[in-house]
Amino acid sequence: MNKTFLLNNVYVEESASVVGPLEGAGPLGDLFDVVIPDIIYGESSFEKAERKMLLESLSLCLKKTNYKPEDIDLVLAGDLLNQLISANFAARELPIAFAGIFGACSAFALSVALGSLLIEGGHFERVIAGACSHHETAERTFRFPTELGVQRAPTAHWTMSGAGTVVLGKQGPVAVKEVTIGRVVDYGIKDASNLGAAMAPAAFDTLNLHLTNLGKRPEDYDLIATGDLGSIGQICLKHLLGDASLSSGNFTDCGLLVYSTAQDIHAGASGCAASACVFASYLYPLLTKGLLKKVLLIATGALFGQTTAQQKDSIPAVAHAVAFEKVG
Amino acid sequence: MRERESPKAKRYARLVEQEKPKISLFSNVVRAFVTGGIICLLGETIRTYLLYLGLSQPLAGVWMSISLIFLASFLTGLGVYDEIGRFGGAGSAIPITGFANSIVAPAMEYRSEGAILGLAARLFIIAGPVIVYGLVSATGFGLLRSVFR
Amino acid sequence: MNFFWAFIFGGAVCAIGQVILDKTKMTQADLMVVLVVFGSLISALGFYDPLVTRFGAGAMVPVSNFGHTLTQGVIIGYQENGFLGALEGGLGKASAVLGAAIIFGFTMGLLFRPKG
Repeated sequence: MNKTFLLNNVYVEESASVVGPLEGAGPLGDLFDVVIPDIIYGESSFEKAERKMLLESLSLCLKKTNYKPEDIDLVLAGDLLNQLISANFAARELPIAFAGIFGACSAFALSVALGSLLIEGGHFERVIAGACSHHETAERTFRFPTELGVQRAPTAHWTMSGAGTVVLGKQGPVAVKEVTIGRVVDYGIKDASNLGAAMAPAAFDTLNLHLTNLGKRPEDYDLIATGDLGSIGQICLKHLLGDASLSSGNFTDCGLLVYSTAQDIHAGASGCAASACVFASYLYPLLTKGLLKKVLLIATGALFGQTTAQQKDSIPAVAHAVAFEKVG
Repeated sequence: MRERESPKAKRYARLVEQEKPKISLFSNVVRAFVTGGIICLLGETIRTYLLYLGLSQPLAGVWMSISLIFLASFLTGLGVYDEIGRFGGAGSAIPITGFANSIVAPAMEYRSEGAILGLAARLFIIAGPVIVYGLVSATGFGLLRSVFR
Repeated sequence: MNFFWAFIFGGAVCAIGQVILDKTKMTQADLMVVLVVFGSLISALGFYDPLVTRFGAGAMVPVSNFGHTLTQGVIIGYQENGFLGALEGGLGKASAVLGAAIIFGFTMGLLFRPKG
């Protein structure tokens, strides 16, 4: 059955994020730990720049907590590229057990969810969970060469460049309280430039499951943050919630927080980095400061590939929910 | 969980269609018209100059195309043509300059995967289909025309 | 007056292209292919040359002119040398433009890095 797990023994100890220059110029720019000066970050390819951001974010987690690599039992991380090359190649530099997580843009929530369950189950003491994405590598993987003169659809997202990581352990200022692993949902949306619409049903399904399993209402959380539904996806989600009479005002979308309207990004930020960086550098500090008490993060992922898009298959999506609570 | 054909999915598809931001067709078309028009105007200027220099009509046409291709290739290299494309849409894609852009952009992009299977192989990802369909249709229509004139 | 007509006709072709892009699911690559095929057809029917005479660069700059060039090459090649001439003629006539595009593309690919 589709369970929601209640956890009592897992905490977020620390968080870190690294973002690209465009994200650094956005409304949350000052909050991120590191804003890299240019998107290639001194490397010879965008792929290398992406993994460097993830590695830097992981190292920052260690630095902030004063842990050594041997204090960490496991790293769980994911990205959007084929064979998970960013996470896998970043892990190459670490003497820590590693498992790559693929959940497309939901990778961060999935990593945190699985890491938390492993700790709650008593299998691991301390886990770092994270995710990364990079605008240029995603464009190359899923769309066109970056220098090609194309107009972006008004529904299109802008894959965010960045990496966000958190340290999960047995004590900390913020507790991980509830986890729901989502089902893969496909409402037949085929438009790869409207991923928000493809992902909204998944966000609804997981949120609905989560609330039903716990007998809760959206108002029971101070904030429900979806990952990267963007403007159109958020509207679609609100319609679906309205039909199920679950409407509430306390919704936000990580992807909509990253850029200002002046940056002409269309539907908002997407990519693994959206929920990872916004949680690590915006939501987590709000929780530690007590400005928010209970936050539900629902990161969505569109589970398609370039091949399935070219074969005109529809876009399946998934969402995973993790509830965080301020301790004390 | 597939909901693809269900009434729920159909209702949702209608909702998505309805919530899609309406693109301003008028402003897009005007921008395409102006961008494309200016590129053609530039071409005509070059052609007039070449004719003035004494080149024949066909030669002036070829040199004009080559000049525009060079210009667009260079602007793509500098990272300017994609901005023109973002503004002009079809206005920058349809002229021969858009064809040049479609060759240079992947060449630059895939340079990181090597000079042979990266740059050289990927150079044709968009231009390739244009050449293939151009040649096949031209041969077909041209032969039909020649045989049944 | 030549300049005016080049601007108007070239702009109009692009404007129609934009309507197709915005109103259908076609991508820019699809649009370029369709235009080239359309150019070949119009050329074989004998309508493209009058357009070039009337609108100058307005008809010569859009990619449809590539189809026109190829088709005229095929037709003239067939007259001179039969089927073999038709096969040679198409690419033969377009080779200067194609060659330039490939050589510039290659050079720029070596010289410049994408900026994103």
